Amino acid sequence: MVNPRKLDLLQGTLDLMVLQTLTAMGSLHGYGIARRIEQVSGDEVLLNQGTIYASLVRLEQRGWIKSEWGTSGNNRKAKFYSITKAGRRQLAADARHWERLTGVMDRVFGRSKEADETLGESENPA
Amino acid sequence: MSLIRSATGRLRAFFTGQRLDEELDAELAAHIDLAVEDYIERGMTPDQARRRAILAFGGIQQAREQQREARGLMSFDILLQDLKYTLRTLGRDPGFTTVAVLILALAIGANIAVFSVVNTLMLRPLPFPNAQQLLWIAPPPTKCGLSCATYSTDAYDEFRVGSRSYQDVTGYFAFSSPDNLSLKLGSAPVTATSIDVIANFFQLLGVQPAMGRVFRTEDARNGASPVILLSNAWWKRQFNADPNIVGKAFDINGHQTTVIGVLPASFDFGAVFAPGTKVDAITPLNLYGPPRDWGNIITMIGRLKPGVTFTQAVEDVARVAPSMCGNNKVPQSCGTYKGQVVPAPLKNYISGKLRRSLIVLWSAVGAILLIACVNLSNLLLARSAARSKEFAMRGALGASRGRIVRQLLTESLVLSGAGAGFGLLLALTLVQWLAHQGAIALPLLSTLHINGEVLAWTVLIAFLSALLFGFVPGFRMASGNLHETLKDTSAGSGQSRKHERTRSILVVTEVALACMLLVGAGLLLRSFVNVLNVDLGFQPERAAAVKVEYDDSVPGDKMGDLTAQKRGAIFQQILSSVSAIPGIEAAGFTDYLPLSQNRAWDLAFPKGVKIPNNIDSPLVYVVTPGYQHAMGTQLRGRDFAWSDGPHSQLVVMISQSYARFLASQTHWPHNDALGQIITSDPKSDPKNDLHVIGVVNDVHEENADGDAGWQIYYPATQAGPAGAELVVRTTLPPATLATSVLHTLRDVNPQQPLAQFRPIQSLVDHANSPRRFFMLLVASFAGLGLLLAALGIYGVISYTVTRQTQEIGIRMALGASASIVERQVLVSTLRLALIGVFLGAFASLATAKLIASLLFATSPWDGATYLAMAAALLAVAALSGYIPARRASRISPMVALRAN
Repeated sequence: MVNPRKLDLLQGTLDLMVLQTLTAMGSLHGYGIARRIEQVSGDEVLLNQGTIYASLVRLEQRGWIKSEWGTSGNNRKAKFYSITKAGRRQLAADARHWERLTGVMDRVFGRSKEADETLGESENPA
Repeated sequence: MSLIRSATGRLRAFFTGQRLDEELDAELAAHIDLAVEDYIERGMTPDQARRRAILAFGGIQQAREQQREARGLMSFDILLQDLKYTLRTLGRDPGFTTVAVLILALAIGANIAVFSVVNTLMLRPLPFPNAQQLLWIAPPPTKCGLSCATYSTDAYDEFRVGSRSYQDVTGYFAFSSPDNLSLKLGSAPVTATSIDVIANFFQLLGVQPAMGRVFRTEDARNGASPVILLSNAWWKRQFNADPNIVGKAFDINGHQTTVIGVLPASFDFGAVFAPGTKVDAITPLNLYGPPRDWGNIITMIGRLKPGVTFTQAVEDVARVAPSMCGNNKVPQSCGTYKGQVVPAPLKNYISGKLRRSLIVLWSAVGAILLIACVNLSNLLLARSAARSKEFAMRGALGASRGRIVRQLLTESLVLSGAGAGFGLLLALTLVQWLAHQGAIALPLLSTLHINGEVLAWTVLIAFLSALLFGFVPGFRMASGNLHETLKDTSAGSGQSRKHERTRSILVVTEVALACMLLVGAGLLLRSFVNVLNVDLGFQPERAAAVKVEYDDSVPGDKMGDLTAQKRGAIFQQILSSVSAIPGIEAAGFTDYLPLSQNRAWDLAFPKGVKIPNNIDSPLVYVVTPGYQHAMGTQLRGRDFAWSDGPHSQLVVMISQSYARFLASQTHWPHNDALGQIITSDPKSDPKNDLHVIGVVNDVHEENADGDAGWQIYYPATQAGPAGAELVVRTTLPPATLATSVLHTLRDVNPQQPLAQFRPIQSLVDHANSPRRFFMLLVASFAGLGLLLAALGIYGVISYTVTRQTQEIGIRMALGASASIVERQVLVSTLRLALIGVFLGAFASLATAKLIASLLFATSPWDGATYLAMAAALLAVAALSGYIPARRASRISPMVALRAN
């Protein structure tokens, strides 16, 4: 059953999450990345695990991650992905961008709440 | 940087798709297995684990497609997919594909060929460097033909020196007749046609010789040794492309002439300046020798200085013209060129008259393409109606409207691409054939070829026609209601009815367009027949002409009397020998034939009457007794006689309209010029009195569909002819007597070269050839349009009958007889056709003005033509509807009711 209150993920944000996951966890296969994102987001994110593969191929084409076939813990053959130097740089840049964005949005939403209160006060003269 | 990487990555992924797909599948399988392992570890059963794993994964196919989309060139993939699908479906229906491609090939091929013609004749600049600087300088066109369109050598000199707008001015001698060159190579002399040009002709035009050099000023001086330039075609034909021809000398017209060069194959004098004639060689014109006294003989061509505009040139002319003299030695001839010097861009002069015809031709072929597209639209509509359930299914499975339309458009593009390919081949053959039709008097026709612009045009119309005929079916298909289409099982409800309406509208459009084409062709045909029926003033059938060489020179003859006598004797001898040949009804000599070159002398007027201004001189023909009879021209009064010699009174014959004009200027008994005296001597010396002994019918000497001008005839024993053409009238077809006549000529004069025996009819045909050419083209397009419209009607009616099989079966079971069913189908066919004809006729009436200038003695609203074409179209429509009607009447009710 799908929880309707889960957040829909935008394309760019999934890519970001994948990069972060790989930075934190090192080399991982597709299933592992998907599980990790689910765990870290506390199951608040609506993720069809299959969508991760589109993200992975995008990141690989841009040279931010690289892949190679290997064996998992239970001797299963799987494709493992790891982040590249370019990928780390991109991640850092994107992370900074996110911080700025969220900071601005916070101020916009936060300020407008304050502004409403002050405005309300000034509009109602004693 | 990463963008480039991703771009190359995408490109690579496009080509290695299969391998990447396999890898992905392995990866996805691994994913599921790992997930299953995970769930099992958490305590689920293998089945539960598998189910949870797949659920958590989401759609596998969707994941695959998303990955593919992310990695490759999606639109390209889709295009390829559509292409493969299209080729498969088209291959499965070879009948439809062949018909469609054939229709498109014909229509597009015709369009390519016509565009080639329009491009060469009208759109492209002339084949000279900086051709937009070239101007044709001539007086405004008048009735007196070429003599009034030329300038004397002194006038040319003055213009060249006095004008400030031109880099240089050149010209050529306009009065050369065909076969004026006699080359002595072996026993029998070979004749060819040559033109005299001013020495700077090729430099001004910018023509580089293929071998040797072009003329220099020294070649045209008094006493210069004769030189000649060969045309490329003649060099190949006559001299076997001799690589060492430059510097060789030959006996040409009795003088040792050196070949100084060979002109390039890209230069064709006739193609540009004298359409329909072949010029074999070019010689320099000596401006300061005898031509100085020949009167107006030069046509002028100027090249503007860079930066000088056309208006400036016109103003310049107004300044220079008054100082131009006919002959510098004759002061009265100065200033006679005022208003007679009008520059025009050379391109306009050459192909300006053709503009209207070419536009009509282009419209006609465009109409053909429209008809073909409408036809194809109908065909595709019928085809996609059969696949409507398939499209509904695809829509239900998730295909967007755009996707379906895109696939249908791909189909259209493939069809039109194939059609364009075959059409191009067709056009190539047509263009090659046209370029070799030297007999058609259209300028630049021999330079016709397929080039880059034509190919670009091909691609453009292939694309446009695909859009045109693919649009309607695509739109109809994509706008259908999914649900209804899926449920639609019966053949005669809902969707199909809407489709039928569309099809009917398309057919009506087709018929209307075909009607317009037919009316246009009919009018042109009627015009052409009218032109053929014009009374030319002479009888071209069973008459032929052959050029005769003679030598009438008498050394020491100052007055010209002895020469004239000798000439008379030679002509008389030839004529009596030729007339003795059985089958020859009459024979005579002239120096110029009608419908070819012409020239004029000073105006002859009644004595003592002031000559009004701006009167054109009549054309002059120097003839012998028997000529008028040989040409079949009616004569009132008497013909010349051999007794009219250099010492008897001067006699002339004049044409009817000239006689009438002269009579209106003076008082003659019965207003009849016959027996009266006219003179061209301004001093009215009685020695120069010309007695009018005969009045002949007007002769069309410029073209068949213009006005006949004025003519005056002088006897060859009293005036000097410019050459000798023997005209014979035969009781048998002229070709049969050619050898005997030539033999007789040879007997009289062994120096007679092997000349061509030209039927007079060929002169007439040559003059009519452009009109005939256009008429034939438009007529064939109309025929094609009629065929396409007929096919369209047949297709639609046939399809309707098929779909209505059940309904017809029911009707027949309820009592309708076969003939009633047949009649009903025919009636519905004719109803469609009638609406189409009505619309088409209306449209033709509205646009009739366009074609009016091309018609001769035919009104663009000529009722008979409209009615005839409408009747023809309705008859064809009835015929096309007949076959399906028969089929309908033969439907067995039992079979029809049982079928679905």
